[in-house]
Amino acid sequence: MLCDVCKCNDAAVFLTQILEGKMQKVNLCDACSKEKGVQDPTGFALADLLLGIGAAEEIEKGAPTQKCAVCGFTQADFKKTGRLGCSACYITFSEGLGSLLKAMHKGTEHIGKLPQRAHREIELSDQMRTLSENLRKAVAEENYETAASLRDQIRKLETDLASHS
Amino acid sequence: MKFSNVIATGGEWLRGEGPHHQIVISSRVRLARNLRHRPFPGWAKKLERTQILELVKPPVEELPEMQDSFSELLQDLSALEKQVLVERHLISREHAAKSVGSAVVMNRRQTLSIMVNEEDHLRMQSIRSGLQLKNAFKLVDKVDSTLEGKLDFAYDARLGYLTACPTNVGTGMRASAMLHLPGLVLSEMINQVIQAVNKIGLAVRGLYGEGTEAMGNFFQISNQTTLGEKEEEIISRLSKVIETIIEKEHDARQMLIQKKSNTLWDQIGRAYGVLTFAHAMTSKEALNLLSIIKLGVDLGAFPEDRRLPIDELFIDTQPAHLQKSSQQKLNAEERDELRAQIIRERLRVFPKPDISKVAREATGNGSVSEP
Repeated sequence: MLCDVCKCNDAAVFLTQILEGKMQKVNLCDACSKEKGVQDPTGFALADLLLGIGAAEEIEKGAPTQKCAVCGFTQADFKKTGRLGCSACYITFSEGLGSLLKAMHKGTEHIGKLPQRAHREIELSDQMRTLSENLRKAVAEENYETAASLRDQIRKLETDLASHS
Repeated sequence: MKFSNVIATGGEWLRGEGPHHQIVISSRVRLARNLRHRPFPGWAKKLERTQILELVKPPVEELPEMQDSFSELLQDLSALEKQVLVERHLISREHAAKSVGSAVVMNRRQTLSIMVNEEDHLRMQSIRSGLQLKNAFKLVDKVDSTLEGKLDFAYDARLGYLTACPTNVGTGMRASAMLHLPGLVLSEMINQVIQAVNKIGLAVRGLYGEGTEAMGNFFQISNQTTLGEKEEEIISRLSKVIETIIEKEHDARQMLIQKKSNTLWDQIGRAYGVLTFAHAMTSKEALNLLSIIKLGVDLGAFPEDRRLPIDELFIDTQPAHLQKSSQQKLNAEERDELRAQIIRERLRVFPKPDISKVAREATGNGSVSEP
């Protein structure tokens, strides 16, 4: 059996991990197991390792030629390191990352802590959604007076949002 | 604060005064944070890393929790000093390999350690003695809340905090506890426990990483996932699992005393004999034997006041600590010799294991719960 990482040496280390009923297996040669930190004192999770192998393929599916506009990171880099280039990469490669995150985590949405600043931002964008919806209704009902007032509110909100990001 | 002070004062968690400290050595919680639109450390160029460091380090040093802190650039620490910090779990192995553009800041009590430009721009870790995951989280959460007012952290309303590795995205939190489980190992029940823990989405690692044999009967248990669950939920789920493991460990020890007492006394006696008379000892052998002595203290075969010297030996016999204390670089053979010598000296004042005491306690007290 060949090593899953370098695909040239015979595998000598066989890892199995069961996570919430899903079994994941990785076979590694001696050199790769050392390089991947399987024998590393600070600990190592099979998920991290799998990430480097499976994740890049996932990302390739989603964005075959994409490059992060902010940091210039590509899928090939991800394949090499198993790490992303910057926070904007999460948007750039979102399509491929989606299924990866789903397989890796308990849920697909964060429900924990966010910076204080974020709460205000989310509040503003919620308000924006409501206002836009009302505006659409007002226009449909030919209620132009309300529409004009809504439009002014939206403009004000837009400046608020811009000052936040 | 100088590095020599760090060495001189053992971290608070080393003194082992936290709840369930006999079995839970330490609790750690770390949060990963990054600056928005700046390349992650692994992708940033040297200049960018230095710029990020310049942005991040001052607010970290100004934290009220960091008064009288130890703050150092990684390039200004020797390889040996970095290794000492690794052996105390104050920085990661990965961080020890860093140089220009990375830093470490920690408080005097060594309960809070912040790595700048490790895998993420900020890795903030709180470490406490015993089972104190909630307290560890409280501290690191407070620090995070202070810093978010001064630094523009990268987050996404749907994905939470954005991290270099997708395995950390969401809370960016890894909570872990280091457990000493000789009872479960000796009674051969440890694999069942590990499998059960894995099944519920928690990771078990040995002191020296997964896939290798656990040394000194130490096991690290941590959350595996970071997205889709609140920080407090992760912590309380983990704490509950750990409490169950503590119970199982107590059960296993009772079972050994009652059904396999000869094996148990043989192990303790042999560990005592080898540690007292050996003249060369690898760190792995030392860890394994010290673990058995620690179990002996827990069971009452050695007096309670011998606990601290044993706990200290776990750290002091690690390779970098040995070399630091002898003020010279030693090869493996010299280290093994010095290690055996230090252990012999410290055990010279150690009484022989007193088995009769254990037997009495075991029959007199069937309860397995800790105060």
